[in-house]
Amino acid sequence: MDFINHQLFIKDINVHIDPILPKKTAIITHGHADHARFGHDHVIATRQTIDIMKIRYGDKCAKKFTPLRYGQKYSIKNYDFTLHPAGHILGSAQVLIEKNNHRLVITGDYKVGKDETCKNFKLVKCDTLITEATFGLPIFQHPDPKDEIQKLIRSVKINKNNCHIVGAYALGKAQRVMNLLRQQKYNETIYIHGSLEKLCQYYSKEKINIGKFEKVSSKDKNFYEGKIIIAPPSALKDRWSRRFPNPIICMASGWMTVKQRAKQQGIELPLVISDHSDWNELLDTIKKSNAKNILITHGQEDALVYYCKKQNLISKPLSIQGRSDEEIE
Amino acid sequence: MKKFSYLLHNLILTPSRNTKIKLLQDYFKILDINRSYALSILSDQLSFQFIKASKLRELVYEQVDQHLFDYSYDYVGDLAETISLIWPTKKEGKSQNLSTLIENIKKIKKSEINIEFNKILNELSNNERWTLIKICTGGLRIGVSERLVKTALADLYNKSVNEIEEIWHGLEFPYENLFQWLKNETSKPKIDFKKLFHPMMLANPIDEEKDFKRLDANEFQAEYKWDGIRVQLMVSSKSVSLYSRTGDNISSAFPEIIETTKGDAVIDGELLVGRNFKPSGFNDLQQRLNRKKASKDLQNKFPVFIRAYDILFYKGKDLRKLSLFERRNYLEKFQKENKTNQIDLSSIINFSTWEELTKYKNNIHDDLNEGVMIKLKNSEYLPGRKKGYWYKWKKNPKLVDAILMYAQRGHGKRSSYYSDFTFGVWNESELVPIGKAYSGYTDKELLVLDKFIRNNTINKFGPVREVKKEIILEVAFDDVFPSTRHKSGVAMRFPRIHRIRWDKPVNEVLTISEFKKEFKLS
Repeated sequence: MDFINHQLFIKDINVHIDPILPKKTAIITHGHADHARFGHDHVIATRQTIDIMKIRYGDKCAKKFTPLRYGQKYSIKNYDFTLHPAGHILGSAQVLIEKNNHRLVITGDYKVGKDETCKNFKLVKCDTLITEATFGLPIFQHPDPKDEIQKLIRSVKINKNNCHIVGAYALGKAQRVMNLLRQQKYNETIYIHGSLEKLCQYYSKEKINIGKFEKVSSKDKNFYEGKIIIAPPSALKDRWSRRFPNPIICMASGWMTVKQRAKQQGIELPLVISDHSDWNELLDTIKKSNAKNILITHGQEDALVYYCKKQNLISKPLSIQGRSDEEIE
Repeated sequence: MKKFSYLLHNLILTPSRNTKIKLLQDYFKILDINRSYALSILSDQLSFQFIKASKLRELVYEQVDQHLFDYSYDYVGDLAETISLIWPTKKEGKSQNLSTLIENIKKIKKSEINIEFNKILNELSNNERWTLIKICTGGLRIGVSERLVKTALADLYNKSVNEIEEIWHGLEFPYENLFQWLKNETSKPKIDFKKLFHPMMLANPIDEEKDFKRLDANEFQAEYKWDGIRVQLMVSSKSVSLYSRTGDNISSAFPEIIETTKGDAVIDGELLVGRNFKPSGFNDLQQRLNRKKASKDLQNKFPVFIRAYDILFYKGKDLRKLSLFERRNYLEKFQKENKTNQIDLSSIINFSTWEELTKYKNNIHDDLNEGVMIKLKNSEYLPGRKKGYWYKWKKNPKLVDAILMYAQRGHGKRSSYYSDFTFGVWNESELVPIGKAYSGYTDKELLVLDKFIRNNTINKFGPVREVKKEIILEVAFDDVFPSTRHKSGVAMRFPRIHRIRWDKPVNEVLTISEFKKEFKLS
């Protein structure tokens, strides 16, 4: 395991995983901005992650792209790389690195639960597991997302004169919320903030069922009564959201587990829908991976490190710059 | 229980006052037996004898690893929420009535509390568990004041909220007489006002710039703001009792007052420690606070008296609708008739312009008063903090620059932010902490400090982070006392962050001996 450092850098062959600054060779786990950045020489990732990077940063955001299918091997010297589904968002991957019979897995962001918008998480056995810990506290036990989305549907039915603005990350969460609504037979057009449009179009093109959607426009104010609007969380506090009639502010996020957090952010209808593993899923993955050495990248790492040590697993936190604490999802 | 916990959940997340009122009304409209319980909970009058925060911690430690719980509590910043979320059993039983549940809990014997309460927590949903624990620990903090509950009830039944306010303190669970009157089934409940604690009239801080331009100095009188505790003294031929500002009966802690007071009145004033009506400061008073009883020895060392400034009832007559000026005459009459060594009057400062009053305020150099009170001469005695009648004008706080040493996450509305700060001054080449503050900063400053702390942690002690010694805080505080409990030997009263001193280098911060000298502690 000593071939990779705490910045997820393999010095031997000059390869980085999810680097924050432009690098020579970067393996990218998924398209979220805290993992996929602009300006690398060579990007190795799934086809969808590369597509998403191009949508967000333009076709020239890296000099060279190498798309990998899940399970397809890519070797540099005596290092063998394969990508495996992480179940986080469309195109998300775990990175398995094999060297001299040592198997090391970097999970990236992952969730174990079912999700129709991406390939579901696959457990990869390994010797060293580098896991995320966004929700690494036992208070995080995510409920069934179907029940959460039903809360939204019920509220829309009851509050006919209000519009519901759902805060959701533009990539992944927004489309998952749309897909969950469709699964629960909500068939109305869903209105979206302009910044979501290209990504929604891409998900549709990739045959993810997000149903009919339309960009919010300057229609008559009352038009949006009874409608669902999806917007990035930053837009909730913006003037943008004030144009709508009696909006009920909702947010789809794992952080919504904690009422005090919802209250702080002015969220009236919290929806606990997460694209990260909850506490039990983190523990389960650690156990089933068979790894004896656990490293924890980002999130609430203290409790997880403590837990692993108690299980006699070698464990320590890696603090990666640019990914401190709570803003990520 | 399901409905009630859903109500609390919605109340905490609803920013709009009108929506809150509507939620409350919807609840009080539908339910019959449960609404009495709801009302007692919402007005913070229900509590269980055996189940307090410490018992709940004990129960949760039986279920969950203590460290994992502590990490979680540190993150969430709310005991009820942490326990409700971390509780491992998720088999919801059938939902119980709020009233049945509470009666069942009241019946639990002390010896069986762990087993029985555990069972109850097991059968509740997360949200119900949160509600129940909130009820147990008291103080819901859901952004609903007692006043708002009364307003919701008043509006629902077309009564005025002041009418409810008037009789409120005479009502008791299950409030049958209140509900019957609200529904016009009976007349307004009869309450014996003389025996009741009367909610106190409170002051608003004065805004020097705006208010002095607006207000006519001749319509006001001023008094010193004595630094003691606010009390209400109720005396009749049959009994004497003393109440704190929140309505707690504190008679047993101050026997010298109870034994000597005579007459028939309800008096409002400040309780102070001192001999011959010479107050000796808040530090001395503190020796008498938070005790159920006071020994003879303690009474001799720290004798108390009341400095009276208002009177609500005199010989059975309700004076609250009279003007302050007229009440003052009654107060002086009462004091003349019933002279004791335990009651004197707060003297009135004469002034005719605000400039003149400013001089009085700026001349306060001791720690016996916190500033001045400014009262409208023709104000009625109105409960609560009504605007436009009474103002407080605090003297300027003391200030010291200190270095930020440790930080901890806050609770309630500041949870998740590093908002509790420990700061210190030099002792040779080391820093020694002199106090801890969790208020005073602006929202912007809090964000800056929070970020600094996250990026500059050099050590973690459980939830406490030690940070690089780079930030200087200008700390404002009301007072500072010698203390044997703190390493620094000093204890501050009400320290708060005044501002961040970006301009000052850390080596210019005082040493502890300079600090003590400056504030006359050595």
